[in-house]
Amino acid sequence: MQVTMTVNGAEVTRDVEPRQLLVHFLRDTLGLTGTHWGCDTSNCGTCVVLVDGEPVKSCTALAAMTAGHEVRTVEGLADGATLDPVQQGFMEEHGLQCGFCTPGMMLTARALLDRDPDPDEQTIREAISGQICRCTGYATIVRSVRWAARHGAGAAAEAPAIPAPAAPPAAEEVPA
Amino acid sequence: MTELAERPANPAATAADRPIGFGRIQRKEDPRFVRGRGRYVDDIVLPGMLHGAILRSPMAHARLVSIDTTEALAHPKVHAVITGRDLEGLNLAWAPTLSADVQAVLATAKVRFQGQEVAFVVADDRYAARDALELIDVEYEELPPVVDVRRALDPGAPVIRDDKEGQTDNHIFDWEAGDRAETDAVFAAAEVVVSEEVVYPRVHPAPMETCGAVADYDPVDGKLTLYETTQAPHAHRTLFAMVAGIPEHKIRVISPDIGGGFGNKVGIYPGYILAVVGSIVTGRPVKWMEDRSENLMSTSFARDYVMRGEVAATRDGKILAVRTQVLADHGAFNATAQPTKYPAGFFSIFTGSYDLQAAHCSVTGVYTNKAPGGVAYACSFRVTEAVYLVERMVDVLAAELEMDPAELRLRNFIRPEQFPYKNKTGWEYDSGDYEPTMQLALRMAGYEELRREQAEKRSRGELMGIGLSFFTETVGAGPRKHMDIVGLGMADGAEVRVHPTGKAVVRLSVQSQGQGHETTFAQILAEELGIPPEDIDVVHGDTDQTPFGLGTYGSRSTPVSGGAVALAARKVKEKARAIAAAMLETRPEDLEWEKGRWYVKGDPGVGKTIAEIALGAHGTVELPEGIDGNLDAEVTYDPPNLTFPFGAYVCVVDVDRGTGKVHVRRFVAVDDCGTRINPMIIEGQVHGGLADGVGMALMEFIGFDEQGNNLGGSFMDYLIPTAMEVPDWETGHTVTPSPHHPIGAKGIGESATVGSPPAVVNAVVDALAPFGVRHMDMPCTPARVWEAMQGRPTPPI
Repeated sequence: MQVTMTVNGAEVTRDVEPRQLLVHFLRDTLGLTGTHWGCDTSNCGTCVVLVDGEPVKSCTALAAMTAGHEVRTVEGLADGATLDPVQQGFMEEHGLQCGFCTPGMMLTARALLDRDPDPDEQTIREAISGQICRCTGYATIVRSVRWAARHGAGAAAEAPAIPAPAAPPAAEEVPA
Repeated sequence: MTELAERPANPAATAADRPIGFGRIQRKEDPRFVRGRGRYVDDIVLPGMLHGAILRSPMAHARLVSIDTTEALAHPKVHAVITGRDLEGLNLAWAPTLSADVQAVLATAKVRFQGQEVAFVVADDRYAARDALELIDVEYEELPPVVDVRRALDPGAPVIRDDKEGQTDNHIFDWEAGDRAETDAVFAAAEVVVSEEVVYPRVHPAPMETCGAVADYDPVDGKLTLYETTQAPHAHRTLFAMVAGIPEHKIRVISPDIGGGFGNKVGIYPGYILAVVGSIVTGRPVKWMEDRSENLMSTSFARDYVMRGEVAATRDGKILAVRTQVLADHGAFNATAQPTKYPAGFFSIFTGSYDLQAAHCSVTGVYTNKAPGGVAYACSFRVTEAVYLVERMVDVLAAELEMDPAELRLRNFIRPEQFPYKNKTGWEYDSGDYEPTMQLALRMAGYEELRREQAEKRSRGELMGIGLSFFTETVGAGPRKHMDIVGLGMADGAEVRVHPTGKAVVRLSVQSQGQGHETTFAQILAEELGIPPEDIDVVHGDTDQTPFGLGTYGSRSTPVSGGAVALAARKVKEKARAIAAAMLETRPEDLEWEKGRWYVKGDPGVGKTIAEIALGAHGTVELPEGIDGNLDAEVTYDPPNLTFPFGAYVCVVDVDRGTGKVHVRRFVAVDDCGTRINPMIIEGQVHGGLADGVGMALMEFIGFDEQGNNLGGSFMDYLIPTAMEVPDWETGHTVTPSPHHPIGAKGIGESATVGSPPAVVNAVVDALAPFGVRHMDMPCTPARVWEAMQGRPTPPI
């Protein structure tokens, strides 16, 4: 069957098997390998993309179901050479290690900040609670999203400025 | 939940403040990952590539009566269906394991665990390959399975490994360390002895990326290019050469970006071999990626130790000796990955951080009808089990003596002046200063205040627990005189080249799975040579591009490869000195080093930078006798000893009396990994390990029913903490450098995974003290905690 949808702002039309999952459509058909496949059971969230601005687990959606909708993947997060503040935040606050869950985490963060530009820790934790990270223990992901919130991520379309150096980062406690 | 501290902006964002060498800098690998441009194995697409899928056994133990592949072969998109019988013809049905056993690549006469590989389909795409699996007709004749490790050695137990000549039971090995007679004598005379069965259940590393491979065998030049999710590309190449008979120079293993490893990606799994066979058979590249259930059910599990732990002490709290007997469940094939002479890994480090008079451990390994493995999940070759046992038992002793567990630990620590410390099972701890680390953790936690709060809550019937652990890690394997894996010494190579313009490349035998090697190793070179990290390219994960070495596991990258890089850099530095002397028309001994530059003693204005020297080396400068025209060096580092990082952890939990649900309220972690290269990366490594520990202590568990069905075979059943189950970690550190490591670094990758489970379980048991609970086994799920409150906890199987 033929499906047409918008992916990262561009309209695409492809022939697909009716049963093809959205994750495989993005990865195998369109070659957008930033979206990952992790569990099949909607538990891990490495496959999260935004469909009409909302996080969706693309391993549990058919490509056909997305016809006529707008899909945004990690490849569509930056504006050309300018990173989204969420991407910048993940680099600043060590919100990623192996990078496998990172695209899904960042897209969920983007959706959260779109509706709540200044989320607190608990709100961020709840927003990403449908996704698993094995590397970071989540605290630095929370910090990354907070970094983005502090740097204009919630306000639409403001160019993300790279901040001037401020005080050193919160020092870990060392013995007296 | 603790409040999130707002952290100021990172000064490393500007070049001016960025350290050239050690310090907090952003990771060099991150720009590609945040753009979705990481390149993982499943992202590899080659022209003409086919897809493989594995048919797996639904039964734990059964005779294979027949396999009919006719219908699958008739599928229009199927190119090949391979069975165990086909592999027998190629002499590939069985592959050697890392523990001198063999493992079936595809089952022949019998299946021995649920999820075992039975047939391999190669088709045009991944959906068609899966479809074809449904068309294979297998007839099984069910056999009784061995599920409970405690019953595996019963006289009438079914013999799992009847393929092994002379094997008449399920016994694999007996191994011991320490002096049994000396230990028994101390126990016999001791005022106090405590004893407990402590189970470290089966868990799984479950990295977010499952295991997979793309095999590309070129029939014309006979070269195999194998993209693999492997933590040890060089070891895999050598083993493939030994197993498959392909000459080693005709094998190139490429380990691209790896989506987490944690020991899951050390072993050679049947799927990798099948991808290679598929490529040879079809003449086209073949990709195989396991799904999550395959990952959880067939690739390397971790732990599964049933331990009888005993501690002998004086009434006033001096620990005298420890001993243990362990029953180790190795599954259907003995495929654990550990140094040859250590069938139980480094478990004999179970003496912990304490100065003892005697210690003895014995470990018996057995076969069961479960997936093979055992050494994985950031365990530092079974130090997880060792630390869990001793730290759990110290708390049991504290309860017996009615002594504060912090006080008991402080009273028994190895003292700083005793290092290097030789323990009673033969290890030499390189350095340590435990008390300040413990005191810092207690201070950060506000330990006294927590105990007051707990007493008050107990008086109101609320269940709050405070758990401590103090661990000594054992990493950086290891000295070749003691350690090898299948005959390969556990060394690692590094090659440094400074290009004519002063930029550099460092090539490593180890491979990152998220640890940030591209940053850390650039920083080591930067610290040694003064070349900024952004001017250094780190190359790894490709056997055609890097020197030989055994790879990344057991927290060995910094202790071993870090040593190699530092020493290679020092060779470069000395060579640069000779060339600078020639350029400055002086003698090498008249030059002084400052970071990035040799200058004339007493005349700091006259000197040559590394970049100038590199250009001189490659240019027309007249070189001194014996110096060739480059600024390169290569080192294979054989560590003189292991390193022994340590740390003190405090966990605070609240337990819901009605449901048994455990809430981790706070977690304080103070780590000492010696010299600190990048504090940001270190903190990240610790955070991840702490989440692992909370997961294992509270929810992660691969259980089995009586038929041997795997009950943890998907993420719906194998529960991993989300952001809601873990607190905002509170970290601190002390610094006790390793005296024998070139830069004093000890490694940090697995410390928190090793140290945190006992802290969490000790906190849960502490919370349950009003119920008379002295021990409960992981995972402390609500149901099991509730059972413990009722006085009838069931052991995990």
